[in-house]
Amino acid sequence: MWQEILGVGLMFALLLLFAIPLGKHIGQVLNFEKNWSDPFLGFIDRLFYRIAGIDEMQQVSWQNNLKAMLTINAGWFVLSMLVLSNMSWLPLNPDGIASMSPDLAFNTSVSFITNTNLQHYSGETGLSYLGQMTLMLWQFISAATGMAICAVVFQGMRERASEKLGNFYVFFVRSITRVLLPLSILAASIYVFQGVPMTFLGKALTENLQGDGIEISRGPVAAFVAIKQLGTNGGGFFGPNSAHPLENPTYLSNMVETISILLIPIAMLFAMGHVLKRRKLAWTFFGVMCLGFLLLLLPAIASELEGNPAIAAMGIQQNQGSMEGKEVRFGAAASAYWAINTTCTSNGSVNAMHDSMTPLTGMSAMLGMMTNCFFGGVGVGFLNFYVFVILAVFISGLMVGRTPEFLGKKIEAREMKIAMIIALLHPLLVMLGTGLATYLYAQNPDACAAWLSNPGSHGFSQMLYEFCSASANNGSGFEGLGDNTLFWNLSTGLIILTARYLPIIGPVAIAGLLAQKQYIPESAGTLRTDTATFGTMVFAVIFIIAALAFFPTLVLGPLTEYFMLY
Amino acid sequence: MKNSENTLFPKGAISAALKSAFYKLDPRLMLRNPVMFLVEVGTLVMLVVCVGIALGDQSQGSLAYNICVFVLLFLTLIFANFAEAIAEARGKAQADSLRKTRSETPAKLWDDSTGKVKLISSSELKKGDVFVCTADDIIPSDGEIIEGLATIDESAITGESAPVIREAGGDKSSVTGGTKVLSDQIKVVVTASQGESFLDKMIALVEGASRQKTPNEIALTILLAGFSLVFIIVIVSLKPMSSFAQAPIAIAAFISLFVCLIPTTIGGLLSAIGIAGMDRALRANVVTKSGRAVETAGDIDVLLLDKTGTITIGNRKATAFHPLSGVDPQHLLRASVLSSLADTTPEGKSILELANLDLAKLTPKDPVFVKFSAETRISGLDFEQTRIRKGAIDAIRRLVENAGHSFPDQILELTSKISNNGGTPLVVAENEQVLGVVELQDIIKTGIRERFERLRKMGIKTVMVTGDNPLTAKYIAEQAGVDDFIAEAKPEDKMQYIRHEQAEGRLVAMMGDGTNDAPALAQANVGVAMNSGTQAAKEAGNMVDLDNDPTKLIEVVEIGKQLLMTRGALTTFSIANDVAKYFAIIPALFITAIPALQGLNVMQLHSPESAILSSVIFNALIIPALIPLALRGVPYKPIGASALLRRNLLLYGLGGIIAPFVGIKLIDLLVSIWF
Repeated sequence: MWQEILGVGLMFALLLLFAIPLGKHIGQVLNFEKNWSDPFLGFIDRLFYRIAGIDEMQQVSWQNNLKAMLTINAGWFVLSMLVLSNMSWLPLNPDGIASMSPDLAFNTSVSFITNTNLQHYSGETGLSYLGQMTLMLWQFISAATGMAICAVVFQGMRERASEKLGNFYVFFVRSITRVLLPLSILAASIYVFQGVPMTFLGKALTENLQGDGIEISRGPVAAFVAIKQLGTNGGGFFGPNSAHPLENPTYLSNMVETISILLIPIAMLFAMGHVLKRRKLAWTFFGVMCLGFLLLLLPAIASELEGNPAIAAMGIQQNQGSMEGKEVRFGAAASAYWAINTTCTSNGSVNAMHDSMTPLTGMSAMLGMMTNCFFGGVGVGFLNFYVFVILAVFISGLMVGRTPEFLGKKIEAREMKIAMIIALLHPLLVMLGTGLATYLYAQNPDACAAWLSNPGSHGFSQMLYEFCSASANNGSGFEGLGDNTLFWNLSTGLIILTARYLPIIGPVAIAGLLAQKQYIPESAGTLRTDTATFGTMVFAVIFIIAALAFFPTLVLGPLTEYFMLY
Repeated sequence: MKNSENTLFPKGAISAALKSAFYKLDPRLMLRNPVMFLVEVGTLVMLVVCVGIALGDQSQGSLAYNICVFVLLFLTLIFANFAEAIAEARGKAQADSLRKTRSETPAKLWDDSTGKVKLISSSELKKGDVFVCTADDIIPSDGEIIEGLATIDESAITGESAPVIREAGGDKSSVTGGTKVLSDQIKVVVTASQGESFLDKMIALVEGASRQKTPNEIALTILLAGFSLVFIIVIVSLKPMSSFAQAPIAIAAFISLFVCLIPTTIGGLLSAIGIAGMDRALRANVVTKSGRAVETAGDIDVLLLDKTGTITIGNRKATAFHPLSGVDPQHLLRASVLSSLADTTPEGKSILELANLDLAKLTPKDPVFVKFSAETRISGLDFEQTRIRKGAIDAIRRLVENAGHSFPDQILELTSKISNNGGTPLVVAENEQVLGVVELQDIIKTGIRERFERLRKMGIKTVMVTGDNPLTAKYIAEQAGVDDFIAEAKPEDKMQYIRHEQAEGRLVAMMGDGTNDAPALAQANVGVAMNSGTQAAKEAGNMVDLDNDPTKLIEVVEIGKQLLMTRGALTTFSIANDVAKYFAIIPALFITAIPALQGLNVMQLHSPESAILSSVIFNALIIPALIPLALRGVPYKPIGASALLRRNLLLYGLGGIIAPFVGIKLIDLLVSIWF
């Protein structure tokens, strides 16, 4: 048991060790400072600029940056729909996979372009290699979209910001060439050495001990897994995601994958510190997020290591903790650690069955998605956090008797309106989605019987989790939910779309509006935002808005299960 | 009017406020406050439910329980309305008493047809009336000089010790009510009509009729509306979820949960806090033109203060006699006293005090006094063959040199030394021969250093504005502990300084009186005009100080901060309460259908009904319990923003989490007797 906890501790320590220098690197890249990668990667950037006709020096307003982001995303969506619904006759389809149905293609396209990677299909049987490669492209693109739009917000947070907040396209290209691509190549190489396949050949044929023929699915897996983890995408090449031995064969590959999940979300904080030259602020934000992360993590690990009382009641010893639905090569602690990593960020990959976890871990995982800003997705996690910071600044500004200001800019009614709408959106989508699903189920239990593998509160958790996952752009599933139906494909698809773009538009608009305001120099009366006190305030605001709004649903789901079990 | 300061609820106000609380139930008025409007909707729904049960509906629990919920929600509404009404009543009482206590001075009304003056009260003066003022008269009303020239002591209002000259024609023709004529005679036409006071505007403001929400209040309302919206979502989605879990929830429980979760505490007290803020300003004898001005005052970064009257005691005082070498000190002393015998200015009197000679022995026979006039800027007296004069250095120098005498260099040395120490030299001459110098010093007010220290801790930069030369100004600035100064200040300098600070993003407050201050008052983010200042100044500023006290700005800043802090503290308290209310009501909702959730009933409340009733009772009672805090305001302590946040977060955040746990449990013990 101590070995397992040590493994988790090591992963967290290594994560910080890599994230801090990476943050500085990203900061330099997004701030156009001299960087070691300029000599041998700069020409690739320029090549893209020339092909696309991008003027590297041109800066545009926040509205134009948003327009650029939205139009190019729409283009990608159309392309994705075309590929997924025509896979059957397109090249790179050695196993003869069929095209997707329109509603599944819609759900999958939306899901991958928005960095969600909710999968209502199984990779082995649902996608050709061209389909997989298309989705892999979106995994790069959606992560870079998050980083680029976050860079626009960084521009708006600077003291002497102007109306021009950089250029989305330039940030986008640089995020891919300088950060995502080099890191992915590095990670993929490690996976290949650990035994992850990287091939365009069709299924491998082999015999088992009984002499029966077995087909083993394979493909360009290593490249896919690398960006799925680094870009907080989470969509698996195979159905069982990173629990599959060919996606995550060893404890070492598991460590690299786990570290990859949180690496860029944490590094983005230090990148902010670098761009704004406010390192202490970066550490304060890190402290708040880390506190939230640990408060979700510790109960989860403790609960998984303790085992399931229902199994103990059957007289079965659980020395390794609760092992139902877990891979023996990872163990209970590393699986719980992964579960919290993947739900706190909007990653959504899994290395164990979340459905089988103890109620407390299930609740922690859901809370990770409900708050969705304890590190959060690449780039967008910071944007979610930014909205809560604006709300915290407002309330604490009042409490010290001064019109609230954040980094020298006054927060007024307009910014509050936007921040409040964005903060409300997530509970709205999750609660109304779950409300609608429970309503339909309660109205006609027989027609919806295929949805749920469990009745009662666990069935409720399955539905709640699915909507949390969609609205948090997470993409993981509690599983046990029959989700490839028209209702689930459409409802989650629409929620994913809304929950991706509005929470990007809102913070960019706030940053843009604040950038145009006059900078107020700091005085002794100014409330500093880089202190532990302010950090506590931000944490309290996140707790109140996210946790309290969702409390009744948690009571009906995991808490009822918990109190019935213990 | 100071005596009413400590009574929170003035006599008669409570019954009037209660009446008004019912009147305010009008949904059109309630709509201004979205949180309380939602409570009103919930109350009406409960009324319908009660009627339904009375008509035989069996699904909603007992009639008594439902009626209790209805009554409690109704009380919540009344308490919130009462809070607003009592704040208004206090403001109104205050304004009324202010109006009665306005000081009246006699006025010499000029009758053009008879060419005679008639003595009337200043309150009887009408716009367009002409009055006359001679030496030693207090000018009864704001006006414009139409005839004559006079030196006027405006130190009572402006604090400037040096008398000013006002004359007919030109831009120095306006005089201010409350100032005093020192010499000569003027004829003045009244420019400000009586009754058009800011008080009338203020009364309208506190009565709520014309009270507009401030930008900050609007932002807070958005926040509160947002929090209410969250819980609408919660309640709406909870309905199908509970039927999925086969745990049906009664309407009373739904509405109680909703009302308890939305921020009713701050929602109910919000407008009371705003009105009380303006009322506190009024109690400090400052009339604000809008609530916004009070709020802005809390944000001030730079404070422009006139030296005289604010930092130093109104008038300079003689502190030392410096005889020329070869002159007998007693001789200078005697000459100084003689020259000041007829001098009624505070400086002149202070020379007599300092010399402390027996005036009866000293006074010569048949003296001819030379009064200070604006043209010669010299005063003194003649007797027998002696002519004694005193005045500023250049005036005496002209006098001496015109008589053919030389002006001793030692005087220049002496005077520059005095200037360097922040003093003002007055040169004394006898028969056009210089005897020595009287040193006048500004007396820095006691305790002013500490006040500036307090301002510095609040993050406010203080700037002293003075007509003194830079050397004197620097000396006094250092002595008083101000951060910066503007020496030899002309009105344009103030304006320029304000613009410069504002360009850097700072908010500037200043106090002013004269017409020439008007542009700067208008430019400043908070301009406080003295009540005795010119009409132009009062129009330009956004507050009027009835006491004409230049240090009032400091109080105004604190009132502004208090206003914001009270809102912030009660918002935090209100939202923090939700934690405990959740733990009280949520188990109560489901416990019958899912008995396992008894584990969530951490407060061990007696029954679902008692848990819900206790929460609603706590939610209703907390509003009147916090009315005194809302009206008095959260005290401001200049301990730095982070320390202040920590303190208030502990007090109202942590306190807000703990208080309802204790309160609801105690109420439950009582309620469990019946439910």
